[in-house]
Amino acid sequence: MNMLTETEAYTQPAQASGTHAVEVRGLTRAFGGNVVLDQLDLTIRPGEFVALLGRSGSGKSTLLRTLAGLDAAPEGTLIVPAARAVVFQEPRLLPWKRVWRNVALGLRVPNAREAAEAALAEVELAHRMNAWPLTLSGGEAQRAALARALVRAPELLLLDEPFAALDALTRLRMQGLVTALWRAHRPAVLLVTHDVDEALLLADRVLVLENGRIALDIDIPLPHPRRAHAAAFEGLHTRLLRALGVGEEV
Amino acid sequence: MAAEGKLADQMTRGLVSGMARSPTNGARRVQRGALRVMVPLAVIAAWQAASSAGWMSAQTMPAPSLIAASFWQLTVTGQLWPNLLTSLWRVTVGLGFGVAIGTLLGVAAGLSKLGEDLVDPSLQMARTLPHLALIPLMILWFGIGETPKLVIIALGATFPIYLNLFSAIRGADRKLLEAASILHLSRAETVWHVILPAALPGFLVGLRQALGIAWISLVVAEQINASSGIGFLVMNARDFLQTDVIFDGLLVYAILGLATDQLVRSLERHLLAWRPVSIAK
Repeated sequence: MNMLTETEAYTQPAQASGTHAVEVRGLTRAFGGNVVLDQLDLTIRPGEFVALLGRSGSGKSTLLRTLAGLDAAPEGTLIVPAARAVVFQEPRLLPWKRVWRNVALGLRVPNAREAAEAALAEVELAHRMNAWPLTLSGGEAQRAALARALVRAPELLLLDEPFAALDALTRLRMQGLVTALWRAHRPAVLLVTHDVDEALLLADRVLVLENGRIALDIDIPLPHPRRAHAAAFEGLHTRLLRALGVGEEV
Repeated sequence: MAAEGKLADQMTRGLVSGMARSPTNGARRVQRGALRVMVPLAVIAAWQAASSAGWMSAQTMPAPSLIAASFWQLTVTGQLWPNLLTSLWRVTVGLGFGVAIGTLLGVAAGLSKLGEDLVDPSLQMARTLPHLALIPLMILWFGIGETPKLVIIALGATFPIYLNLFSAIRGADRKLLEAASILHLSRAETVWHVILPAALPGFLVGLRQALGIAWISLVVAEQINASSGIGFLVMNARDFLQTDVIFDGLLVYAILGLATDQLVRSLERHLLAWRPVSIAK
C-alpha cells in the first residue's frame, strides 16, 4: 500500500496541480475498533465546489480533518495541495489579537498587513479590522475566518459546517459571499454540511458519505448564482434526502 | 436610622427595576458608594466614642484619633519612610525571584512532557509543606540578614505562579491550537502567539495569589530578627508598649496590600483588554 502523507505532498506540490486538486485512494481510518472511513476514494478537480453530506457520525468531519492534515496516521493514498485553508463551524480567531492580526497570522509575505486588509475588504469587514474578535457578531467573526482562509490563496478550501451556528438571514448572506469568493478565486472547495438545501445552492457536485464510503456522487449542472428552493432542485432534493435515510414525508 | 432604611429601600428598588428608573446611574453609584462606606465609618465612630468615654484603655485599644496622630508623627519624624522602603524592597525582590522561578518552571513543565516529569512531582510534593515552617532552617542556613527573608518570600510566591501557569498552559484551547497548525505556525510561533497569551489570565490569577502570600511571608519574616522594616517597627512598638504604633503598622500593611492588588488589577485591565469583561467597561 502506498502511504503518502501530507508532508510529502508539501515537498511535491506538483503532484497536486495536475488534473486533480485532491486525490484520495483507499483511505481508511478507524478509532479503536470503529471503522469511520473504509477504503474511501475521492477526487476533486481544481476549482470544483463539492458538498459533502452525511448523517452525523458518518465520518464527514473525519474526512475533512484528514484532508486538512489535522488527523494523524491516515492509511491510504492522499494527495492534497500544500496551499489549503480551513473554516470551521466556530471562527477560531485568537481573541487576544485584533481582527487584521488574526488574518495576517502566519502569513509569510512582506506586506502582510495590506494583504489582510484587502482580504477583509473582500468579506466586507474592513471597517472592523482593528476590533477585538470577541466584539464581533457571529456573522462578522465567520467572515473574518473566511478572510483568514482567503488571504492564503488556497488551492483547496475546506469548509466544516461554517454556517451551522449562524441565524438564517446571516447564513443566506454568507452563502452568497462564499459563492462570490469562490467564483472570483476558484479554489477547489469541500463543504461539509448537513443541509441539503445548502449543498444544492452552492455545489457543483454533491457527495453523500455512508458507512465510510461515498455512497452517492451526483453533479448539479445548474448555473450560478442559484436561488434557494428553485424548482429544478425538487428531484435532487428528494434523492439526496432518501440517500441520507430521510423519507419523503418530511 | 430611618433615613438609612429608606436609602436601602431605594437601593433595592433601584436594583430590581434596573436602569430605566430614576435616580440616574451616576447618582445611584454615589448613593451605593455612600452606603458601602457607612458601616466601616460607623465602626470607627463607635470606637472613637467608646475610647473618649473611657470604656477602653489606650493601652489595649487606642482611639482612632490617637492612632492617626502617631501615624502623623511617624511620617514627619521620618521613622516610617526608610522602614516602608525596606519592606517594599524585600517584597519586590522576593516576589521578583519567586515570579521568575515559578514562570520558568511553569513554562518548562507546561510546554514539554519531559519538563513536566522533571519538575512537577517535586513541586507538587514541596508545595504541601507550609513554606513558613522553613524559617528556622533558613536562619540556620543563611543567618539573620536579608537573605532568609527574601528566600522565604520568593519560595512562597513561586508555587501559586507555577501551579496556575502550568494548568493554564495545559488548558489552552485545543481548537485554537488546531487553527494554528492549519496556519502552518511553527512550534515557537504557536507558543508565542497562541499558548502563552492563552495562559496569561491564569498567570495573572497566580500573580495575585503570589502577592498575597508575599505580604504574609514578609510580615512573618520581619517579626523574626529584623532591624528594619514595618515588621521591625511593630515588634519594637510591642517592646515599648506603643499599641498605637502597632496599629499604625497594621494600617500600613493594609494600605500596601490594597495598593498592590490595585496594581495587579490595572495590569489585568491593560493586558487582558481583549476580554469581554474588560471591553464592557
